[in-house]
Amino acid sequence: MTDITAPGAAIGRTPLLFRIAHAAGPILAVVAGLIAFWYLACIPMNAAQSALEAERAGAELTTTAADRRTMSGLAVAFEHPTEAVAHAFVQERPRLPAPHQVMVELWDTTVGQDPTSRRSLVFHAGITLGPTLLGFAIGSGLGILLAIGIVHSRVMDLSVMPWAIASQTIPILAIAPMIIVVLNSVGVQGLIPKAIISAYLSFFPVTVGMVKGLRAPSQSDLDLMRTWNASALRTLVSLRLPSSLPYLFASLKIAIAAALVGAIIGELPTGAVRGLGARLLAGSYYGQTVQIWSALFGAAIVAAGLVALVTGIERLTLRRMGLAR
Amino acid sequence: MTRTDRSWLVWILLGALLFAGAALWLGPVALALVVWLALWGLNTVVAGRGGARFLAPVLFGVTLLILWELTVRLLEVPTVILPAPSQIAQAFAANTPTLWADFVQTVLKGALTGWLIGCAAGIATAVLVARSDFLRRGLLPVGNFMAALPIVGTAPILVMWFGFGWESKAAVVVVMVFFPVLVNTVAGLADTQAMQRDLMRTYGASPVQTLRYLALPSALPFVFNGLKIATTLALIGAIVAEFFGSPTVGMGFRISTEVGRLNLPMVWASITVAALAGSLSYGLIALLEARLTFWHPSQRARR
Repeated sequence: MTDITAPGAAIGRTPLLFRIAHAAGPILAVVAGLIAFWYLACIPMNAAQSALEAERAGAELTTTAADRRTMSGLAVAFEHPTEAVAHAFVQERPRLPAPHQVMVELWDTTVGQDPTSRRSLVFHAGITLGPTLLGFAIGSGLGILLAIGIVHSRVMDLSVMPWAIASQTIPILAIAPMIIVVLNSVGVQGLIPKAIISAYLSFFPVTVGMVKGLRAPSQSDLDLMRTWNASALRTLVSLRLPSSLPYLFASLKIAIAAALVGAIIGELPTGAVRGLGARLLAGSYYGQTVQIWSALFGAAIVAAGLVALVTGIERLTLRRMGLAR
Repeated sequence: MTRTDRSWLVWILLGALLFAGAALWLGPVALALVVWLALWGLNTVVAGRGGARFLAPVLFGVTLLILWELTVRLLEVPTVILPAPSQIAQAFAANTPTLWADFVQTVLKGALTGWLIGCAAGIATAVLVARSDFLRRGLLPVGNFMAALPIVGTAPILVMWFGFGWESKAAVVVVMVFFPVLVNTVAGLADTQAMQRDLMRTYGASPVQTLRYLALPSALPFVFNGLKIATTLALIGAIVAEFFGSPTVGMGFRISTEVGRLNLPMVWASITVAALAGSLSYGLIALLEARLTFWHPSQRARR
């Protein structure tokens, strides 16, 4: 803040490594802080079980199991600090697994397994990826079409746009199970129902972003097109669509993350046995907390990968169009 | 609209004639299509007049409802697949006490409590973090990343921790709502111009005063953006969390059990309640936004 240099004055001279450190440093610090907090939280969360395991191993404790049931995790941890710390990170079914336990499980189920086997998280992620991508394609395609309609027709703008917004205040994710079950009863199974939910979730951000983007050209640009006697289609193709691309990519990133959420939720109600959502469900049925967390992180990695993919395409496209920052 | 005033009457007459013709000569699909065309034509006329901002969307909604009812009745769609709006209205009227109890359990206890705690925590964390440039640069990417994750997935874990009552639903809502609000507030608090900050410094304003009179007001549009996202997320979180375990009351419980019994009108009545609750709370936030951030360009443009 107190620098005398003008903003950006030194950017050309800064070494690359320093710039990376400047950007990554704070992120790494925050992530490290979160992980440290997670490890700390494990101790009271798992304290009751830790004390039980210590007792089974032959340790003499001042409290009985019945006492501990009425105490909070924090109280148990303070009562038996050594036992709580010693047993907190190595439990079979902890209430809160430690980060390294999740990582080990994640490693075992991805690298340690054949990707085509049912034990492999890669296999389950692949199952979830199918409806995600299909739904994303349908949803963003529809979103773009709807946005073009809204921009070109005042009637659609006035009558459809409020409903497009209202449709998002409906907790669609909550009725996803019904869509799945109903389509199931009609005989539509597999990819399509989940893709429908993904499509519904991804269509709205794209519509809103594209409406904004298609209206982004300035009035003078539009006037110029008119002086050239350009048709509405020509204006759309040559002016509106190119200038909407930055907006489109921004909303595509939101849309693809939403599509993944839709696909995961879509797997819950039919008692699916394959897919990331199914792993979550199975983990919660059998109290396999480590499995739940590893499925969650698997989903997070897939989401990050998808968003990174869209970002990569965005960079490439915008650079070729000369729109890159 | 360059047409004269009388022309819309002709359109309606033409539409009515087509309607009658279609009903007599063509199948139900064509009839639905003709109704659609007629109402769309009417909408075209309405959109060109005053008051269209309210009338056009209402008319569009009514069009959809009429088409829905027509399609279900004429094509004899089984109730199991899609009940007609009239059936849903009947189920709604017959089960008002149940629906109200579900509403109280899920929306007032679960979603609202969680929303309040989550938003308060998000804004408070943001205010604390925004003082430090280092933390802000670290937290924004991490928060953005977390906000994009399928956080609903934590529902089974939190239900395991907090039990089947509404507390676990509130916990899910807190986790879901926290990051969008945090990220938006942090971005908003950073959205002051150097000139404005300098002005505060020349006034000799303390950090608290700068926060109160400069940073917080200019962050409000961003905060409201976060709060709006949070309202939808809160409802989703509260309902989805009930799929992983709940007492025998609540909207998520109702939806999943009635789907199991194939009592679809009741399911849709529950969905109607959810949609109404979602739209109303979104509307309330938007209203509050219009009152508090009337100075912002996005609000001014509307007048």
